[in-house]
Amino acid sequence: MGTVEERLGEMREAFRSGKTKCEKWRRSQLMALLALVREEEEGIFSALNRDLGKHRAEAFRDEVGVLIKSINFALSSLKQWMAPKSVKVPLVSFPSSATVVPEPLGVVLLFSSWNFPIGLALEPIIGAFSAGNVVALKPSELAPSSAEFLAEAIPRYLDGAAVKVFLGGPSVGSQLLEQRWDKILFTGSPRVGRVVMAAAAEHLTPVILELGGKCPAIVDSIGSSEQKVAAKRLVAGKWGPCCGQACVGIDYILVERQFASTLIDMLRRTVKSLYGDSRNLSRIVNRQHFMRLEGLLKDPSVSASVVHGGRFDSDNLKIEPTILLDPPLDSEIMTEEVFGPLLPIITLEKIGDSIAFVRDRPKPLAIYVFSNDEALKKRVVAETSSGSVTFNDTMIQFAVDTLPFGGVGGSGFGRYHGKFSFDAFSHEKAVMRRQFLLDFPLRYPPWNETKLRFLRDVFHFDYFGLLLVMMGLKK
Amino acid sequence: MDGDGERKGEFDGKAAAELVGELRQSFWNGKTRSYDWRTDQLRSLARMLVEKEKDIIDALHEDLGKPEMESFIHEISLAKDGCARTLKELKSWMKPQKVSTSITTFPSSAEIVSEPLGVVLVISAWNYPFLLSLEPVVGAIAAGNAVVLKPSEIAPATSSLLKRLLPGYVDSSSIRVVEGGVPETTALLDQKWDKIIYTGNSKVGRIVMAAAAKHLTPVVLELGGKCPVVVDSKVDLDVATKRIAVGKWGCNNGQACISPDYIITEREFAPKLIEAMKSTLEIFYGKDPMASKDLSRIVNSNHFKRISKLLDSDKVSEKIVHGGQRDEQALKISPTLLLDVPQDSLIMTEEIFGPLLPIITVDDIHQSFDIINSRPKPLAAYLFTKDKKLEEKFVRGVSAGGMSINETVLHITNPGLPFGGVGESGMGAYHGKFSFDTFSHKKAKSRLLKALVNGDIIGIILALIGWPRA
Repeated sequence: MGTVEERLGEMREAFRSGKTKCEKWRRSQLMALLALVREEEEGIFSALNRDLGKHRAEAFRDEVGVLIKSINFALSSLKQWMAPKSVKVPLVSFPSSATVVPEPLGVVLLFSSWNFPIGLALEPIIGAFSAGNVVALKPSELAPSSAEFLAEAIPRYLDGAAVKVFLGGPSVGSQLLEQRWDKILFTGSPRVGRVVMAAAAEHLTPVILELGGKCPAIVDSIGSSEQKVAAKRLVAGKWGPCCGQACVGIDYILVERQFASTLIDMLRRTVKSLYGDSRNLSRIVNRQHFMRLEGLLKDPSVSASVVHGGRFDSDNLKIEPTILLDPPLDSEIMTEEVFGPLLPIITLEKIGDSIAFVRDRPKPLAIYVFSNDEALKKRVVAETSSGSVTFNDTMIQFAVDTLPFGGVGGSGFGRYHGKFSFDAFSHEKAVMRRQFLLDFPLRYPPWNETKLRFLRDVFHFDYFGLLLVMMGLKK
Repeated sequence: MDGDGERKGEFDGKAAAELVGELRQSFWNGKTRSYDWRTDQLRSLARMLVEKEKDIIDALHEDLGKPEMESFIHEISLAKDGCARTLKELKSWMKPQKVSTSITTFPSSAEIVSEPLGVVLVISAWNYPFLLSLEPVVGAIAAGNAVVLKPSEIAPATSSLLKRLLPGYVDSSSIRVVEGGVPETTALLDQKWDKIIYTGNSKVGRIVMAAAAKHLTPVVLELGGKCPVVVDSKVDLDVATKRIAVGKWGCNNGQACISPDYIITEREFAPKLIEAMKSTLEIFYGKDPMASKDLSRIVNSNHFKRISKLLDSDKVSEKIVHGGQRDEQALKISPTLLLDVPQDSLIMTEEIFGPLLPIITVDDIHQSFDIINSRPKPLAAYLFTKDKKLEEKFVRGVSAGGMSINETVLHITNPGLPFGGVGESGMGAYHGKFSFDTFSHKKAKSRLLKALVNGDIIGIILALIGWPRA
């Protein structure tokens, strides 16, 4: 296998060879990735089942299906993404031109998390390869079957010199962070995000941090005909993705006091109908997180607020969908990201108060709003800040290739998905080309009052154009 | 009100925290978000550039001995243009951008909404102390943020001019200037900002990013590097040397992050190049450049000593083929050409940031690309050639923040081109719309229109991919 330095050396050599620059190589890698995801589906399903008890349908929907979509989108857009973009040169530009040329950054490091261990490992690779980089992947050790699957399958399908998987825990992560990379994309917690960014600062490595936060769902009073649909989407948005262990999953709900009981009723019924069979729910990833979630209910004033669920199966690391009504706002369940199947519902006097409630807290990765009130929706967009805002649905923004996926403030910075992935792993190089004709003495020393006076008169009308006169781009 | 610890040394962590708190409150009150507020600030700044032109030129002359022409062209006019262009385009920049969606996800509409990040810190540099303060501030304001500007203390006249002028032109509840050196900057860096833009050297760049990491603050680092100029033998030598010279000595006497740092040319061609450069220098600066009023001086004695040191090693000083005069009292060093200094000498490993121009020779011009690529990526790279093939190879094969072919420096004056580095020369970019984007958060917004839902077909598709829906 080799040490981190040796393997990194191989990757640098691979990049230096220039092979990743051509479209053919990138396309072949994307096709190979597509083949991996399609042909190794069973392997993926069983790894996800071992790591998280994830049902095949959920695994396909959230990881495999998303990857297939993303790879196909990249394949169909690659040529366009790679093409230099012409830029207007102000005023008469002859004989000069300006273009922005995307070029790969070089050797990039990806840290993926444990909750979508296949999806979040391979999705950034799509972008990194599309942009012509070479990749080091450090999958989370908390999803060991998935990590092993990746370490075994990737070399069989992809160019082994251009992508290497590094298995291990924090010590391997630290070793990797000591090296110089051309970019790092980290998905995980803010605590580790700080460590990654501090390490990157030593080498002036730019980073993308995909972190988390408490994503609220603001639920307005909606017509009874729509309530059923809304309840399904809320329930599916909370417990569907990895049983609540998702950075864009609903963390808590805000609702007007008078509608709380209706909402809770609907949620309970929907939970029973969708997740009556616990095999449709992922389990908690490990004992540590299981105990963390148990701990959130230890406070008597919190456990007293449980209105549904609350059963913990420690042998199987399963927690049933649990709903709480108005736990204390200063309790841990309301100050820390839940990242699990516990759903606090906070009631407000008026639904408009939800704006201030969300604003007073760190910026989340996503805000969900279920409402027909256009004014409320406008206020949410204008008065709150989050990675994304989604109306009348949950999670879907994750799968839209044309929307950037990333956080702001405490939920991170930088973004990817679709073309944003290509951009994330590219340097956009500004290129200006001129010829030797038409050189204008006005732009050169020695300076004199005449030249300055001329320029003043001339700048009075059109600053930039006249700058060009002086620079010789226009007579 | 001078609540910012007006006197240096009094601006400590407490004062910094109070300042940020005040600006954050101001931001949350929503004032900076309105189009009118933003354009009011920008129009005021544009006015300031006209009304205070003389003050600005004087301050730049005091700080850097900068010739009036340079101050006018490089600092004032570029700043004016930035304001004018932003005012013209801001409305369209602020509009949400619709994006297409597809059937499998079918939110029927999706948009990207630009919103301000919040409270932004701008740390500026000493060599273009006015432009590098104003340009980022204009971008931050355009995006609707509150801003704190920390001008460089190494250009004290400009720093105090900015401190004095801005409150008279812009809204002090949201835009402030903090003067000072390392202690004040450290106090500022300890705070939580929504974005930091730093222009300067890579050593401090690392410090800024490490401080930002504590608060997960995104940063733009505009650093430097050794900007190479490759000069092919197939060129119009007269025009080439003029353009190299104006980009080198015509830009703050080489003290610019995008100034040509060193030249690579073919061994056989070097003598011709040197002769042509000598005569260009004479046209520009006369027979005695030390007496020319058209050259900035070296900013201070620290930098004078630093640059002198680059010349003084014996393997280097014997390679001087032109210039080399120094006047420590006046802080002047004449335009100096060197031929084939050792590639491991200090002058070839450190960013020169001064009026020394080493020329390295190679047997074949194509070897120059390897030399450039074996070094940290620079902020800019330049090539002079009539050979289109060589040009393509250069563009494709050399990585730098930006490039100009048959020109130097000008690529940064095009507002349609992003200005920023890569690798050691920095991260992030700004200018023009890139400024607006860099100081904005691009929020993804998606919604489902009831009317679009053709229940059955969509339902089937969704059932196939497993979303439990009505």
